[in-house]
Amino acid sequence: MSESPFDPGTPMGAVLAGLAERFPAVEFSAPLGDPVARVAPDGLVALAAAARDAGCNTFIDLCAVDYLARPEGRFEVVVHLLSMEARFRLRLRVAVPGDDPRVPSLTGVFPGANFYEREAYDLFGIRFDGHPDLTRLLLPDDWEGHPLRKDHPVGSVPVQFRAVEGAP
Amino acid sequence: MSNPPDIVTGDTEAPALALPAPSPPGAPVDEARRRVHELWLSGTEAPGDLGRFTSEGAQEMLAEEAPPILAAQMGSLVGDDYAAEAGAGSEETQIINMGPQHPATHGVLRLQIELEGEIIRRAKPIIGYLHTGMEKTAEALTYVQGATNVTRMDYMSPFFNELCYSLAVERLLGIEVPPRAQAIRVLMTELNRVASHLLWIATQGLDVGALSMMLYGWRERELLLGFFEKVTGLRMNHDYIRPGGVAADLPDGWEDDVADILAKVPPGLDDYAALLDANPIFKERTVGVGVITAEECRAFGVTGPILRATGVAWDTRRAFPYSGIEKYRFDIPIGSAGDVYDRYRVRMEEMRQSLRLAEQAAAAMPRGDYRSDDLKVTPPPRARLDQSMEALIHHFKLFTEGFKVPPGEVYQAVESPRGELGMYLVSRGGAKPWRLHVRGPSFAAVQALPVMLADTLVADTVATVASADPVLGDVDR
Repeated sequence: MSESPFDPGTPMGAVLAGLAERFPAVEFSAPLGDPVARVAPDGLVALAAAARDAGCNTFIDLCAVDYLARPEGRFEVVVHLLSMEARFRLRLRVAVPGDDPRVPSLTGVFPGANFYEREAYDLFGIRFDGHPDLTRLLLPDDWEGHPLRKDHPVGSVPVQFRAVEGAP
Repeated sequence: MSNPPDIVTGDTEAPALALPAPSPPGAPVDEARRRVHELWLSGTEAPGDLGRFTSEGAQEMLAEEAPPILAAQMGSLVGDDYAAEAGAGSEETQIINMGPQHPATHGVLRLQIELEGEIIRRAKPIIGYLHTGMEKTAEALTYVQGATNVTRMDYMSPFFNELCYSLAVERLLGIEVPPRAQAIRVLMTELNRVASHLLWIATQGLDVGALSMMLYGWRERELLLGFFEKVTGLRMNHDYIRPGGVAADLPDGWEDDVADILAKVPPGLDDYAALLDANPIFKERTVGVGVITAEECRAFGVTGPILRATGVAWDTRRAFPYSGIEKYRFDIPIGSAGDVYDRYRVRMEEMRQSLRLAEQAAAAMPRGDYRSDDLKVTPPPRARLDQSMEALIHHFKLFTEGFKVPPGEVYQAVESPRGELGMYLVSRGGAKPWRLHVRGPSFAAVQALPVMLADTLVADTVATVASADPVLGDVDR
């Protein structure tokens, strides 16, 4: 557990200090000005719900990053929330193991996470447990693999045409 | 019609990949959908299972859906104003397709809509028809080349894509761009906002039957595109704003062109207002149509004019200023009802405010360099190449290897005409981004379409979709 690096005198610092106190396992920092919270997968939903109730109630973004080889886990799911009242963005970073990438879904907290999680599943193959409709979003259903993974080959993708039934 | 042959005949011919177990009868619908999806992924088609689905496979809207996704399609995950049984999958409803080739979808957006009579009960946007893997492409291009890639995403507001990308790279590099470059950026992006909104009003008018709006909108937009061409060489996809500044200084006579735009566009806007503001047909088609609340906007990440039309005075330019825009004076127009008509009023006023900003930027255009003097980022002037060995080396290195960006990650947002355009840029120290994720404003708006469409008339679909102003290049990337 670390001391919160934020000044509780400002609106942003008050929100973050409150969150840091409630979630001692979460590591807070502020590189390049934006507050960042590193959280374990099983603590993500609780932290996001608490952040929403503390004012970060605008869902901005969810995406995944493939770091390929990294001790804390190959993938990372990055969530951006926005507090319009306190005027700051909160970034949640979740390290996800590469062999069985699973993260609890945020759709129960922010309905807007729906498409973003489908996109991350589509392009990175990360499973969002509890997502009501975890299907591919941008690619066709019969696409093989998850192309934004770093080990996905570039330039060797076969043309995707489905055979027409009854055609000669 | 004969049954298609089974491909799995017995234990002797075991399938290469383990198939998921069949769902027992009565299992939730999403399990069945998941199973079909697994079947697609495993490459082993079991004809009996797939027969119930069309060629879209698991992305299809089903006649009966499980409760969570049903609520999403009925647009009611935030408020709980729907009855799960009403209409869904009953005998009296039908599921129809709109798009992907429908002219009013502004590209290749496909909507599946369940109708009960003429009332939309559920809607599901299906996207991806314009997906070209630009985020993957960005990982293969250097930071110098990157602006050329991102400018093609939201092709109606290319300057904003370039600006957002450049600001993100500059924040990682820790460099400041000179005042003249900042003012040029403000001038070009604000004029781009006007051009984008003019295109929007042209198509919105067309979609609700005001055909003359289409022609008027194009007329004024042509002025702006002509100016963009004069400055950047291209009407679209400019690659003009680059990390470190802008590609070239403003051309001779740019003041006259801007003055011409500032003189000719506002009377055009007055004409549109006279044509539409109190037009009973236009109001009939737009007032109270496609309503979304501020709470729903925030839960779905919808920003920009749609959010402001609900009464929230939120503008990224005001909250997180960039390019010195905090030194300019502008107002944030807001609506109250959150319907199509309020979005129209908000965008009309935004055009006037953008012209006001462009006027201030042009009047106070500072003298000086139009790009950073950091020689590791900015290529040396052409004349220096003949005199200086170092300049030649810098030039060669910049256009072959590119410059290296220190490790780190940054989220940069700008207020594009459609809302918050954000880019999450991850660098691991190389000359190419490790990851570039683009948070398109249209993506969030398309996701929220079921909220706006639920329980409205099917005839209002085109008005609602047009008012969300989706650019599919931004949605699918």
